[in-house]
Amino acid sequence: MRKLALSDEILLSIEKPARYIGNEVNSAKKDLNNIDIRFAMCFPDIYEIGMSYLGIQILYDMFNQREDIYCERVYSPWVDLHRIMKERNIPLFALESQDPIKKFDFLGITIQYEMCYTNILQILDLSQITILAKNRKETEPFVIGGGPCTYNPEPLADFFDMFYIGEGETSYYQLMDVYKEHKKSGKSRHEFLRNASQVPGIYVPSLYDVTYDENGLLQSFTPNNENTPLTVEKQMVLDVSQTFYPKKPVVPFIKVIQDRVVLELQRGCIRGCRFCQAGMLYRPTRERDLEILKEYAYDMLQNTGHEEISLSSLSSSDYSDLQGLVNFLIDEFGNKGINISLPSLRIDAFSLDVMQKVQDVRKSSLTFAPEAGSERMRDVINKGLTEESILNGAGLAFESGWNRIKLYFMLGLPTETETDIKGIAWLSDKIARRYYEILKEERNGKVQIVASTSFFVPKPFTPFQWSPMNTKKEFLDKARIVNQEMKEQLNRKSLKYSWHEAGLTVLEGAMARGDRRVGQAILKAYENGALYDSWSEHFKNDVWLKAFESVGLDLDFYTTRRRDLDEPLPWDFINIGVTKKFLQKEWKKARAGSRSPNCRESCAGCGAGIYGGGVCIEGKS
Amino acid sequence: MRAVGLEFTEEVFVLKARVKFSKQGCMKFVGHLDMMRYFQKAIRRANIDVAYSAGFSPHMIMSFAAPLGVGLTSDGEYFDIEVGVCFSSKEMLRRLNEVMVDNIEILSFRKIDEGKANNAMSIVAAADYTVTFRGDYRPATDWETKLVEFFNQDSITILKKTKKGENIIDIKPMIYALSCSNEIISMQLAAGSINHLKPELVLEAFAQYMRTQLLDFALEVNRVEVYANEGTEEERRLITLEAMGEEIA
Repeated sequence: MRKLALSDEILLSIEKPARYIGNEVNSAKKDLNNIDIRFAMCFPDIYEIGMSYLGIQILYDMFNQREDIYCERVYSPWVDLHRIMKERNIPLFALESQDPIKKFDFLGITIQYEMCYTNILQILDLSQITILAKNRKETEPFVIGGGPCTYNPEPLADFFDMFYIGEGETSYYQLMDVYKEHKKSGKSRHEFLRNASQVPGIYVPSLYDVTYDENGLLQSFTPNNENTPLTVEKQMVLDVSQTFYPKKPVVPFIKVIQDRVVLELQRGCIRGCRFCQAGMLYRPTRERDLEILKEYAYDMLQNTGHEEISLSSLSSSDYSDLQGLVNFLIDEFGNKGINISLPSLRIDAFSLDVMQKVQDVRKSSLTFAPEAGSERMRDVINKGLTEESILNGAGLAFESGWNRIKLYFMLGLPTETETDIKGIAWLSDKIARRYYEILKEERNGKVQIVASTSFFVPKPFTPFQWSPMNTKKEFLDKARIVNQEMKEQLNRKSLKYSWHEAGLTVLEGAMARGDRRVGQAILKAYENGALYDSWSEHFKNDVWLKAFESVGLDLDFYTTRRRDLDEPLPWDFINIGVTKKFLQKEWKKARAGSRSPNCRESCAGCGAGIYGGGVCIEGKS
Repeated sequence: MRAVGLEFTEEVFVLKARVKFSKQGCMKFVGHLDMMRYFQKAIRRANIDVAYSAGFSPHMIMSFAAPLGVGLTSDGEYFDIEVGVCFSSKEMLRRLNEVMVDNIEILSFRKIDEGKANNAMSIVAAADYTVTFRGDYRPATDWETKLVEFFNQDSITILKKTKKGENIIDIKPMIYALSCSNEIISMQLAAGSINHLKPELVLEAFAQYMRTQLLDFALEVNRVEVYANEGTEEERRLITLEAMGEEIA
């Protein structure tokens, strides 16, 4: 019988031991004697978050379809177990076999948000893998990173042997084949990395030298090997209907965040909001065929036994046959005890109608993401949501019985003025007023408007990548203005306002646009106890500030500094299809408050057309 | 009652079924609520025509017998469900076992009489356990003989801490049987909503009797069987929950 890596004594003295035992429904079981490559797939956060992420389920399924590969999962041990593992020198293990990660061929880590970087170091540390890639021994696993944050992998360059830039479905099999050859040949670690860098989308940081000028700006970024490519190409599945999809996703025992079947409708977004990194990275928008989605829905509900199915995409309302899909789900599963969850829908007559069918109106709230308080500011960010459409949507919702609305905004956007800031309170109040236009006897008690603001972080590969970020003080001052203004509104008693942790945002900004030197600060912060930074109760701002100081790096250099349009950026070596020229044009238009069309209105010539797929060729044969 | 797969809510004939299963190995770390969720999903995977409650968010009608604590294994766990289209016990067993994870095994699937009085949760009266000492925690002395002495006392008192202070209680009336051989302690204890005695508490009383302390994690506990009482409080007639049902041919 499979022996657990942790003793009963340990498992019975920590929170939720079922996080660490594996054995879940649909988890992969393989005979190690028939395996050539062992791959540990990691989401560097707790089990409940990591297990909720579709990307790992896709890659896990894809790898395990191959008989020569055994892909297993690993998540961050919670702080209670972390302490025990450090004290007793227990190596981190994979859930399926319970074997130490350090015995594996690969450790793949998905990097979904900047504030998980210390958790990545925890994974390496607890696995007893050498933290700095350059010091890793021949026998240690290759550590490979993937996910959205790898579009600027530089702050993590010291810790990874390689990064996979883009969607995993295209090049991983090829990389595994190169590795199998390498394993047979018995050649050096370095030799394999050189070969790996020839695989499309693979970036090997140690094969590039970086220099900085006297002002600390990036001066050169050059391959130190003759065969290493100058540019790394983003990987993308052109036909998302004909690719891997996990029809038998792993079903956790404990309750996780996303405890349901997830149908990914499409990749990418046609909207082109200028702050949004995903909207640029995943261009062009590619839709999955409706019939394929129906088949997945059947199979996945059957194979998991989940009682809920949810749609996933950046903007579900833009899926061409949303009505067809939603009606199918309601007709087919609505009376079989299956809940249907419809996130990220634009509020209009159709969506309200279906939401009334699938949820209890009295118990649910509706969410709007105007992102900015004023019409002008929404034009700057190219949100394309007018005040009129927000009020109309809210009005329709109120008339259908809803009385709770959530609103998401950002503070600290480029060109923001006091009017834009106060606009957040004004818009919230206008929505509340719209509610009270309904006759007293026809409305459903009091209205509740819950507005929250996050602070804007400029991200690589967006038109705002050159934008200075606000300081922590500026952020908090702005939040205070909103808070004050909320209290002066007519419907102040119906308005609730909350804002995000500002110190965390500043660090997120430094990670997002950081260069290779930032890695030293991450290591220092981890050594001094930073871990689970995205969990506000664990975030240690002072540890981080000291870490930057002790390695001689200035946070402002990465966050509040104005970047010139011709400044070399640490992520320039990656090609995402969308051109720098397009981003510059959009940045200029943003500052002029001028909107751009979405991909279906007309082509703005972003550059992603070069792939010849998705929305770029819609309606053309 | 709402029937699965039917467009409109209507009264349909349902059969009440009792499922017995074992929970061993690593599954002892999965708590009671998570086991309920696990079985709800498993029943859907097995395509069993199970009944749901009415209302806006219907839930599977399911009643578990005595919850099992995290860390304990069992060869005698039970839950009741209501089934529309039902096949033979053998076929239902096969369907369910096909979708189980390692260390969970369905042991029986039987038809039971209708009615609230039969509800798995409400009828539990006693349970059998085996208890062993985990390797390093075995008492040094000749503890097996002492255990018999301990059990043969007229009363077995234990100091129990409550919110209001400390209470001395006599647990002897709740120990229906106790024996020991080959370092395995077997006992039958009161269980359920009226009187419930945990096997760990018996061993704690034994440790107090031996003037030692029972260390954390010293015990490995396996629940062997769960019973209902068809007699009276004074004159018990225990019957396994499984025996209350009959095989479906």
